[in-house]
Amino acid sequence: MDLAYGPEYEGFRAEVRDFIAKNKDKAPKRFGVARPSEESIAWQKLLIEHGYAARTIPTEYGGYGAEPDILKSRIIAEEFTRAKLPMGLANQGISMLVPTLLELGTEEQKKKWIEPTLKGEVVWCQGYSEPGSGSDLASLQTKAREDGDDFIINGQKIWTSTAHAADMIFCLVRTEPDKPKHEGISYLIFSMKTPGIEVRPLTTMTGHAEFNEVFFTDVRVPQKDIVAGRGQGWFVANATLKHERGMLGDPNQAGTRLKEIVDLMHEETVDGARLIDNPVYRDRLMQLQARVFAMQFHGLRLLTAASKGEDPGIARLIVKLQGCEINHQLAALAIDALGEIGVLYGDSPHLRAHGSWQHRYMFDLGLIIGGGTAQIQKNIISERGLGMPREPKPAKA
Amino acid sequence: MEFGLSEDQKLLQESIRGTLEKVSPLERVRKAAEAKETHAADVWSALAELGVPGMLVPEAHGGMEMTLLDAALVAEMLGRAVAPVPFIATAVMAPIAIAGAGSKAQQEAWLPKLASGEAIAGVAIAEAASGAREGAGVTASGGKLSGKSLFALDAAKADVLVVADKAGGLHLVKGDAKGLAKVALTSIDLTRTLTELQFDNVEADALSAGDAGETFRRTVNAGRVMLAADTLGTGWAMIDKAVAYAGERKQFNRVIASFQAVKHMCAEMASELEPCRSLVWYAAHAFDAMPEEASLMAAHAKAHTAEVGRFVARTATEVHGGMGFTDLLGLHYWFKRIGLDRQLLGSPERLRHEAAAMQGWAAAD
Repeated sequence: MDLAYGPEYEGFRAEVRDFIAKNKDKAPKRFGVARPSEESIAWQKLLIEHGYAARTIPTEYGGYGAEPDILKSRIIAEEFTRAKLPMGLANQGISMLVPTLLELGTEEQKKKWIEPTLKGEVVWCQGYSEPGSGSDLASLQTKAREDGDDFIINGQKIWTSTAHAADMIFCLVRTEPDKPKHEGISYLIFSMKTPGIEVRPLTTMTGHAEFNEVFFTDVRVPQKDIVAGRGQGWFVANATLKHERGMLGDPNQAGTRLKEIVDLMHEETVDGARLIDNPVYRDRLMQLQARVFAMQFHGLRLLTAASKGEDPGIARLIVKLQGCEINHQLAALAIDALGEIGVLYGDSPHLRAHGSWQHRYMFDLGLIIGGGTAQIQKNIISERGLGMPREPKPAKA
Repeated sequence: MEFGLSEDQKLLQESIRGTLEKVSPLERVRKAAEAKETHAADVWSALAELGVPGMLVPEAHGGMEMTLLDAALVAEMLGRAVAPVPFIATAVMAPIAIAGAGSKAQQEAWLPKLASGEAIAGVAIAEAASGAREGAGVTASGGKLSGKSLFALDAAKADVLVVADKAGGLHLVKGDAKGLAKVALTSIDLTRTLTELQFDNVEADALSAGDAGETFRRTVNAGRVMLAADTLGTGWAMIDKAVAYAGERKQFNRVIASFQAVKHMCAEMASELEPCRSLVWYAAHAFDAMPEEASLMAAHAKAHTAEVGRFVARTATEVHGGMGFTDLLGLHYWFKRIGLDRQLLGSPERLRHEAAAMQGWAAAD
């Protein structure tokens, strides 16, 4: 047990701080909602040049080419957070497609797609879920029929978050309808400008269209743009989902939110008394502080295991379930501390923090469902973590 | 940066686990509980052979001078085995109090005996750590103690007692001192003892050599971390038992472990309890390495683990169905151990209030 980073890492931290001091004025003020703004693209380029974004991606694919060092990655994140500066771009192309291509793509696919994706020039969306295939993703029905050197795609995807702004899609389609469901899926990448694709915004309970539905009608795409071969899509998707689950439920984000609630409870008053002086609300705050601490230290434990190449087992499997739940409870406490003000929304007078607590309270419920529902997480924890048996398949009628 | 156990610590934990599986199986625990043995002397001497009583005693006094994290790893295993031994006061709180505020003579008189396992130490600190019930409290005057202290730990057969007075002072009292009466308090948990100590002008030797206030805080913090670690081990044992039972018990022609309702109960327990391990490790490490965070982390570790422990104790019992409710299965020893841990040295509500006060968010009592 040693929580000090030691001289080598503290030297690296000093380099990061020096970079931040010299360059913080170049950080983007506007990020762009679905597509990165020009400022964001310039910032990303600067970060990659210095190894603060795309750090471990090989240089031949446009990355910085450093050896993986999870402690250095953490130091970068800590220093950027401390300086309240945005990190590099974080989108589904960078967090999911790039690692997938690095692991399973052909040399040509890597050369063609990774660099422009890292630089923010190509924006991707993820075509996985369908109206009839959520938790049972492998039952997906979007079909790709062979036609010469092409596939002809028909079907529908849902929850495609950046589809309206995306250049490209990585998409799961059924290419082998006669094979068992897991073996009939392929992972295709194709342009969102291809004729026959229609994107419709999907407005959620937050009142915003954070997602889309995507409809495919006789969409013709080349067969060569497949990753890892026909029928390999389920295997590829699992490699990708692993990267997504790592993204959700970041414990440092919960720490930041907790601080915001502490400030809120010091500022807000009821009958002239501060919320922090109300023992009932304060007790809820303290319960959440313990849970946030526990998950932060849990994060340190996973970080240590990762840096040694050890599999922390069940400790890793619980992160999404716990992290999303704690974030939702933090938003719930903020709303309750605000009382009636906590339900104001949109452009109402008396709003606090532009209505962001109410927005988070609703949006975080979406995160509990998305990326593997809480119930699917519990199946994974009990089956893979505790060794309990799978639910038996119902007898065929 | 390394947040994890060393190879030595993993070995320590495995050797304690292995020893307890041999010397303190459920039958031994049940025998101690049913006979109301104050502790299982054979189990304690097996642990003494591994050096457990002297873990925290300075090397100069024959101990191993290990860290509180090492002690927490042992406490976790003791909880796992519901071991009926005098660990928390004898091996943790008393050595910290005596080493922290004892004179050279006091240290020489007691620390070597505690380190070897020859002497048992009790700690009477409940009024200062959890608040006084029924007006209990001890007053010190002219080297004599009067009054009473409830819920003393490991005190039933103690050779020496560490006693906190109302003014925050700590004292050493001999177990057979004149004017001292001990009343056994039977609790739900028969694997550990609680004692009421009544003082009628009892001769006491003040622990006043070091910083008494700081020593008091360290003693309480260490006790809180041990209780959290005990609940961590007890709770994981209950989860493991629930998973194993569900894998054997059949209803509707299936093992009940294949029902999602049962699996999800087990997943929820694991997902709530496993982060407590990181919190306990951090609190224990802070005790030795980051004293400015030690009190806050000890309070949070104890409070949070107690809340999760209650959930696990209840849920694991439910997974066992009617069998979990019987004496025959013995699961109740784990349930009750978690129950006692929760109430000692500060309830979760009190500890959260203290944690808020430490951060300037509430008035200190």
